[in-house]
Amino acid sequence: MPLIETTALQKRYDNKVTALADLTVAIEPGVVGLVGVNGAGKSTLIKLALGLLEPTGGRIRVLGLDPVADGDRVRARVGYMPEHDCLPPDMIAAEFVTHMARVSGLPKAMARERASETLRHVGLYEERYRRIGGYSTGMKQRVKLAQALVHDPELLLLDEPTNGLDPAGRRAMLDLVHRIGTDFGISVVVCSHLLGEIERICTSLVAIDAGRLLRSATLDSMTQARDLLMVEVDEDAEALAAALVSQGLEVRTDNRVLYVRIEDSSTDGDVYDKIRDAVADLDLPLHRIERQRHQVADLFREVANA
Amino acid sequence: MPDTGVIHDIGYQRYEGPRLGRGYAARSLYVHGIRSAYGLGRSAWAKVLPMGVLAFASMASLILVVINTQLPTQVIDYVGIASTFTYAATVFVAVVAPELVSVDLRSNLLQLYLSRPLRKSDYALTKLASLATATFLLFAIPMLIMFLGMAFNTDSGIGGVLDEVGGFAQGLVAAAIHAALLSALGLPLASLSGRRVFASGMIIALFLLTTPISGALQAFGNGALADLGGLMDPSSLLNGVDQWLFGPGIGIVRTGDFGAVYGLVTVALIALGTYLLVLRYKKVKS
Repeated sequence: MPLIETTALQKRYDNKVTALADLTVAIEPGVVGLVGVNGAGKSTLIKLALGLLEPTGGRIRVLGLDPVADGDRVRARVGYMPEHDCLPPDMIAAEFVTHMARVSGLPKAMARERASETLRHVGLYEERYRRIGGYSTGMKQRVKLAQALVHDPELLLLDEPTNGLDPAGRRAMLDLVHRIGTDFGISVVVCSHLLGEIERICTSLVAIDAGRLLRSATLDSMTQARDLLMVEVDEDAEALAAALVSQGLEVRTDNRVLYVRIEDSSTDGDVYDKIRDAVADLDLPLHRIERQRHQVADLFREVANA
Repeated sequence: MPDTGVIHDIGYQRYEGPRLGRGYAARSLYVHGIRSAYGLGRSAWAKVLPMGVLAFASMASLILVVINTQLPTQVIDYVGIASTFTYAATVFVAVVAPELVSVDLRSNLLQLYLSRPLRKSDYALTKLASLATATFLLFAIPMLIMFLGMAFNTDSGIGGVLDEVGGFAQGLVAAAIHAALLSALGLPLASLSGRRVFASGMIIALFLLTTPISGALQAFGNGALADLGGLMDPSSLLNGVDQWLFGPGIGIVRTGDFGAVYGLVTVALIALGTYLLVLRYKKVKS
C-alpha cells in the first residue's frame, strides 16, 4: 500500500492561486525525497496529507485513509515537522515533548518515557531540561523532530528539516533522518529544495514543479539508467563533442565541460577508450575525467528544460 | 557473558501501547492550559501576575473572615466575593487569555496541535474551558478560604456550618457564571492577535471603555434606561445577575425589575463569545 496516493489532486487558494494542479503520484514506503523549488507545492501537499487543508479537486489517500473524513485517525499515525519555528520559548524541552506526546494520545507515564527516549535519539541529552528559548537553531530543529517522532508514527512528514542549519548541522540532521528511515523502520517523506542534499539519504525521489508531478522514481532506477562521465578539456570542447557524437555517444556540453552518458556498466571501458582516443586524436589538453556524483540533479534539470 | 555494568544502546523501540483519541488529547490540552494559566511549568516571571492576583484575593478573603466574625452582621458573603473580585478577575483574564492563545499563534505552536488528532473546534473549546476553569479557581479558592474560616468560627454548631455550606454553594455558582462570561468575552479577543500586549490591551479596553458608558446611563438615564444601563459593561452585568439570582447583597448596579434580562444577556453573551471563538479557529490558516 502506498503511503500517500493522489489522483488528479488540485488545490487552489481562494480560487486564485493554484498551489497544486492535477497531481497524480503514489509515494511508496521508504525514505522519500519530495523536491521542487520554493512554491512548487511541497508544503501544500503535506498539509493536504494531514487533512489541514481540503483539496479543491481530485483525491488523496494517506495510509489508506481519507485525511479529510478520517483526519483524526490519519494524524494519530503521522508525525509532522513544520518548516518554520513552532516551539514555545518558555517551556522546558522535555516537558514540551511530553505534552505533545499526550496530545497525540499517549498515556501520561508512556508520554514521559518516550519523550526522554526520543530526545536522546535526536541527540539532546542534559540540555533537554533547559528552556527552548535558549536553544540554538540546531537544537530547536532537533526538538521539532522529536515532537514529530515521539508518538512513534508510521509516517513522518518533514518539511525542510535542514532549514537554517550550518553545513555540519545539515549533515547531522540528514544522517538522523536516514537513521529514522533505516534503523527505526519509519517511512519518511522529506521535503527539500536542495536535491543534492537529500538524494544521499533517499530511497526514492518525487519531483514536483508548479503543482505538477515532474518525475517520480526510485533512486536506483534513476542512477542506473543515467550515469554520466564528466570530461573537462581546456580548449576546443566543441570539436571533442562533435568527435564523440560521431562515435555514437550521447553528449551534452556545458562550457568547457562535456557530459557523456554511459548506458550500462558493461560498456564502461568502451566509452573511456573512445574518449581517450578522441582526445588524443584532437591533441587536446585533458583536464579531468570523472564519474558524475550529482547526476540526479542533472536529470531533473533535463526534464525541467524539456 | 557480557561485562556487567555496561550500558547497552537498545536502539529505537516501537510503541505498541494504547493510543487514546481526541477526548484524551483535549483533556491533556485542558490540564496544560490551566497549569500554564498560573505559570506552572513556565518561567518564574510567568507566575508573578496570575499567582499574585490569586494571593491577593486569598488575603482579602482572609481579612473578610476576620471582619465578618468580629462584626455582628456579615459584611461580604460568598456571592459578594464574586461581585467584588470581578475587577481582579478582569485583570487576570486580560493577562492569562493571551498566554493561552496568542502565544500559540505567535510561536506557530497551533500548527503542531492541529497536526495531531485534535480538531480546530476542539482546540478552541478546550482553551476556553481552561481559561474559564482558571478564572473559576481565582474566585473559588478565596471562597474556600472564607468557608473554612467561617465554618470554624461559627457559634451555632452544625447548623451554622450548614448555613455556610449553602452560602459557599451559591458562591461557587456565581463564580462559575463570572468565569464563563469573562472567559467567553476575553478569549475571542485574545485569539485575534499573536502579540500578547495587543491582546491584553483589547481585553482591558473592552472592560474599561464600557464602564463609563454604563455608568453614565445609570446616572443620567431615568426609569428603565437607568435600570438597563448595567447591561453595557461586563462587571455591572455580572453584578446584576448576582442580585437577580441570590438577592441584593453587594448592589453595585440598580437592576429594577429587569433581573431576568441581565440573566438572559449573560447567557447570550457566553454563547456568542463561544461561537465567535470557534468561528475564528475555523478560519485559521494551517
